[in-house]
Amino acid sequence: MNFTQRHITVALAAVLGLIAVAYVGVQGNLQLLFGVVVPYLALLLFFEGIIYRVIKWARSPVPFKIPTTAGQVKSLPWVPRTLGDKLDNPESKAWVLGRMALEVLAFRSLFRNTRTELVPDPKFPEKARLVHWSYKWLWLGAIAFHYAFLIIVLRHLRFFFEPTPHAIALLGEIDGFWQFFIPTFYLTDIIIVLALLYLLGRRLANANLRYITLASDYFPLFLILGIVSTGILMRYFFKTDITAVKQLIMGLVSLKPVIPAGISPLFYVHLFLVCVLLAYFPYSKLLHAPGVFFSPTRNLPGDNRWALHVNPWNYPVKFHPYMEYEDQFRDAMYEAGIPVEKEPETAEVEEE
Amino acid sequence: MADYKNEFGWFAPKPTVEKKIYNLTAVAVGLGIFLVVFGAPVLLNMGKVHPVPQPSVDTPAIQKLAEKERQCVEPTEWMRANHMQLLWDWREQVVRTGERYYTTSRGKKVLASLSNNCMECHTNKSQFCDQCHNYVAVAPNCWGCHLPKEQNVAKAEGK
Repeated sequence: MNFTQRHITVALAAVLGLIAVAYVGVQGNLQLLFGVVVPYLALLLFFEGIIYRVIKWARSPVPFKIPTTAGQVKSLPWVPRTLGDKLDNPESKAWVLGRMALEVLAFRSLFRNTRTELVPDPKFPEKARLVHWSYKWLWLGAIAFHYAFLIIVLRHLRFFFEPTPHAIALLGEIDGFWQFFIPTFYLTDIIIVLALLYLLGRRLANANLRYITLASDYFPLFLILGIVSTGILMRYFFKTDITAVKQLIMGLVSLKPVIPAGISPLFYVHLFLVCVLLAYFPYSKLLHAPGVFFSPTRNLPGDNRWALHVNPWNYPVKFHPYMEYEDQFRDAMYEAGIPVEKEPETAEVEEE
Repeated sequence: MADYKNEFGWFAPKPTVEKKIYNLTAVAVGLGIFLVVFGAPVLLNMGKVHPVPQPSVDTPAIQKLAEKERQCVEPTEWMRANHMQLLWDWREQVVRTGERYYTTSRGKKVLASLSNNCMECHTNKSQFCDQCHNYVAVAPNCWGCHLPKEQNVAKAEGK
């Protein structure tokens, strides 16, 4: 087994194992465990983990500002600055908000992604040429995945509120506006599957990427693929009584848990994988969600030229200025003929 | 190994970094938004009791049936999860092949029709269909073409 196979096997085995655990558990009538105890525990871990990590990050001092972000910094009045420069190198906190919004909502820095490749030179076929080219596919895959996931999560809120808010119902109708298949096919379901397969395939297709891809990169992809596929199977193929599902979830959110009868094991598998995702979130790379707000190159204004940033861990430095040095070695310097600021005689007079 | 030399010199004390939360306001606002948004389902529903939908099968047509015959075309448990699939299949079958009858899993031949079979017994759309559909926010497009019987009944009674 080579490196890549090992890492894929571990991640895949973990996800399949989790599916098996939930399936076998529910077959063994552990509905109370998988329907109530595990979701509450997962939520506890999720909130605790996020708060812990955010506070830990907030306690880390930022030693200096990173001034070299793309874009012209605010300078002399005749140096032109476009809107892009202002957003990329913001001069104030308000503009930082703009840059952060662009980063969080539109994945700005991923959009600037480039790929560097050696390609055969057209003129000299025996030689290679280094080419840097703008590579937008990763951005497209990432943004498709994240927005599809967001819409799917928002759509699921119909199970969390009674009565269902109109906005949520409307979102479901927009997502399913083709009115194709029964129950209505949701466009985001196919988008998220394609985006996930692309994100997985990207890691597998390129040898350089394969080399830096570990089990902890495959695991979230397989886990989310597992969640999505159990959800799709449950919605379109092996249906369950969703009225009972909503009762279960309303019981959880109103803190009066109930286990209604008639829910298929597939639902518990789906729920268990979601719980694992929640519990795994604060202790893994998925924590880039709150982490982006703590990126120094994103959240610090580029105002180095007129605002002093003091390093929080500056310590009192013992200086040894030149005059002290000369006081120490004046006589020796004078004897060696090295020019001194004060002649030895005047220095002695001053001391007296 | 004794800490005899570090980057600040021989036996130099390491600088102490103040233990505090930097940008406390921004962090608190961010965490607050996170907690409120992600905790919203619990915050808004905590302790509330939500009535469970009770689709009523108490219609005159069902009451008329003998106790033994009071059953749907397929078992109730199956119908709860899969009725939409059955109706969809019926539509395909009737419209595309012209075959108007459906053989149930119990071997009974029934008319494959929403208006002329399902709603013969379930005349109470608002008490039956809508109960669960509203609960889980499902808006089936049946009623774009099919008229609920109860409207006809109400109309007739109004006259």
